[in-house]
Amino acid sequence: MLKTVLRAALSTTFVTLAAAITLAAPAASAATPAQLLNTYAAEAARQTPGFQPSAQRGAELYARRFTASEKMPACATCHTDSPLQAGRHAVTGKAIKPLAPRAEPARFTDPAKVEKWFRRNCSEVTGRECSAAEKADFIRFMTEGS
Amino acid sequence: MSILRVTRSALLAAVLTTPLAASADKMPIPADAPAAFRAECGDCHMAFSPALLTAPDWRRVVGQLDQHYGDNVRIDEKTRGEIEAFLIRHASTRNERTWRRDRAAPPHRSDPPRLTGTPWFRREHREVPASLWRDTRVVSASNCPACHGRAEEGSFRKRELALPELQRRKEHH
Ligand code: HEC
Ligand code: HEC
Repeated sequence: MLKTVLRAALSTTFVTLAAAITLAAPAASAATPAQLLNTYAAEAARQTPGFQPSAQRGAELYARRFTASEKMPACATCHTDSPLQAGRHAVTGKAIKPLAPRAEPARFTDPAKVEKWFRRNCSEVTGRECSAAEKADFIRFMTEGS
Repeated sequence: MSILRVTRSALLAAVLTTPLAASADKMPIPADAPAAFRAECGDCHMAFSPALLTAPDWRRVVGQLDQHYGDNVRIDEKTRGEIEAFLIRHASTRNERTWRRDRAAPPHRSDPPRLTGTPWFRREHREVPASLWRDTRVVSASNCPACHGRAEEGSFRKRELALPELQRRKEHH
């Protein structure tokens, strides 16, 4: 009897531990595009009360031609006119998978990666960092508007 | 071209390609690469094998990441140091000498240096038609995977050439 209880307790502990480990590993990176969108939208709403993400504004940001970079004036320069299509780095020629999660399910699921690329490419294309509002609009366009 | 010239350049080519001859078409990323190498150096172009530049040149590449061929790719100092140590550990020992001696192909010493500007790279690619480098499927010479189907795995064998016109060329040889 005691043995059975102990064994049950042990195996519960083990299962809990195993679950904790499995959860802990991907937890640092795994997210859904909707979660990412919500995080940026919440930050934007703290700056601008009543903020609502807009796929339309996201589409405008995606297509807009800036003047900061001659070779990469717009997001669309490397990502093509549609985020559902594969693109190509304008300088290095590196193939780029589609940005829209509908075409490339791994997109917008890794917060650190998303932040890294927003930082890098907003600076490159617009000459400044993007705001939380712009990031929220952009992801809404990627997930719903494209 | 005089016979003397031909012999001389043939000899030179033999001498200069020797250190790498056994594996000219195989350049995988060594297994001890820090995770940061692929993460930080494989985002915008493929992660280049350390064997493609000499140690002094790699120092110049990773010593000015804020001026990286027109981009700012600065990373924290600890990561930069790890990547630099790795690149230097496996750097080529071949090109330094090549640059000094290969007068047939004057060095293109940009700053930071380009592996696609080394006489070695030019020699391996002298049969590639000039128009192909600017082809919309290629864009830049640094886009190895556009032509070498298995470049990401470090394999550059002729039979793996990816573009149809290169495959046709291959059959003629
Ligand atoms: C944000 C994008 C980006 C990142 C990240 C990046 N590079 Fe580059 N790199 C470029 C661009 C753009 C070029 C110019 C390519 C061209 O002209 O074909 C380049 C060119 C190079 C070249 C010369 C290629 C040639 O033409 O011979 C080397 C070598 C190089 N990078 C090494 C690195 C290393 C090492 C790292 C990591 C520390 C790194 N790069 C990270 C964008 C990047
Ligand atoms: C425009 C297409 C193109 C691009 C881009 C290109 N190569 Fe090549 N490469 C070729 C062709 C074609 C050959 C074979 C040349 C021949 O037949 O003599 C070749 C040959 C080679 C070889 C010799 C292979 C052997 O069998 O010995 C190496 C190594 C190589 N390339 C490395 C590279 C690297 C590294 C890059 C990127 C930095 C690169 N190439 C970019 C087309 C290309």
